[in-house]
Amino acid sequence: MVRKAIVLHSEDNVATALKELHPGEEVQLELGTVTVAQDVPFGHKFAVRSLPKGSPVVKYGQVVGRVTQDVLVGQHVHVHNVESCRGRGDLAQRHDGGATDARG
Amino acid sequence: MQGGNAFWGYVREDGRVGTRNHIVVLACMDNVNPVVRAISQLVAHTVPITVWYGRGQFGRDADITTRALVGLGSNPNVAGVLVVGLEPVATWRIASGIGETGKLVEVVTVQESGGSISAVAEGARLAAKLVKEASRLHRERVGVEHLVVGVECGGSDTTSGIAANPCIGMISDHVVDHGGTVLLSETSEFMGAEHLLAQRASTPAVARKILEAVRRIEEEALRRGVDIRGANPVPDNIRGGLTTIEEKSLGAIAKGGTRPIQDVLEYAQRPTGRGLYIMDTPAPACESMTGLSAGGATLILFATGVGNVIGDVLCPTVKVCGNPQTVAAMQDNIDVDVSGIIVSGTTMEEAAERLLVQTLDVGSGLLTASEVFRQQETAIARFEPTV
Repeated sequence: MVRKAIVLHSEDNVATALKELHPGEEVQLELGTVTVAQDVPFGHKFAVRSLPKGSPVVKYGQVVGRVTQDVLVGQHVHVHNVESCRGRGDLAQRHDGGATDARG
Repeated sequence: MQGGNAFWGYVREDGRVGTRNHIVVLACMDNVNPVVRAISQLVAHTVPITVWYGRGQFGRDADITTRALVGLGSNPNVAGVLVVGLEPVATWRIASGIGETGKLVEVVTVQESGGSISAVAEGARLAAKLVKEASRLHRERVGVEHLVVGVECGGSDTTSGIAANPCIGMISDHVVDHGGTVLLSETSEFMGAEHLLAQRASTPAVARKILEAVRRIEEEALRRGVDIRGANPVPDNIRGGLTTIEEKSLGAIAKGGTRPIQDVLEYAQRPTGRGLYIMDTPAPACESMTGLSAGGATLILFATGVGNVIGDVLCPTVKVCGNPQTVAAMQDNIDVDVSGIIVSGTTMEEAAERLLVQTLDVGSGLLTASEVFRQQETAIARFEPTV
């Protein structure tokens, strides 16, 4: 069977689209059926749990960033609503907080 | 995995084994690149290696450049080297280093030859002699323990982390389990995954070196007051669905497999033993592959997602792709298609079996796309300003 999307680890809160997905499309995942809420290009991620602003994005069972706004189930999760926690020299400057602050 | 324990290689004087039998025309510094190109044009079966810089570098930076040039000339895939320089001092420093491996080495300097035309003529005669001598050598059947595999990724997207990198990771484990060597590089792409690598370090000291190498990159971002994103992940990574460096890193480290990490090597440094090693290199493919090649890699497995066509000059570079769109659009440049993992339920084990067969075939002489289409480049990384 050709899968539409894949969740790589049981603790993940995002799935990766294995084909281009469109709003209203239903995707069967091990954790249940998720209805896609926005266009999601091939290889991009969408939320499989609701993610309140500031919460971690988990893929491979690891934190890969945090959401900068509330994200609902089925919404596209990418650079427009996620920021990296690492290599953030810009944050250190803004908050004058140094490495510890930038790592969050 | 079944089978896959031997290949046909060139056994060198120092006991190391090559997958190719190159005669290299090596520029010691950038001001002789045109002479190197001209010699290589005149003499068939030569590989020109041109470089940037090599003059005005000092301290650690100069040491790294020297080590890289000596390392490239000493690579087991090389039968002999014509070392080309402007003046004798720097040129002989490189030539002597390469000569210690027992390889055929010749030297030409533009100042001693009496200008560029004379240097090209003298160099061409010397290169022709090397090519003829190297053509006497033949391959022998040897075990996988003689393979030194560099693992690399470029033009990454999310399929890299789901298909191509984990598939290469299975080959890494296979090679290490059979006594061979694997080099994992691209330090900025450990960021966010370095704790997982550190857990696999063979000693606490190696774990500290892994964390320290990553910390230096993060400190550089802090010192410059910039967000690393845009430099890594780069725009094509982002278009391919990779959002942050942490996400890219977690996919990238999969190509190194799962075995213990023996040590962290400096750029272009040779491993002292066998097993899995990390080499501390910049992430861009040409700089990273040049470091691996100078460190003695004899074959590179290169995962790509949205597509990156470049290969190393000395190491046959096997392009492995899990993105069905890229496989279709850039099929000329892809050696192994593992997109079945994404689109048709091919298991990772099935894909890895095929990749292992292809890897050993390439080790035995099968040409790769980047070799056939000459999509090859050398870039010795620079770490300090020139004066």
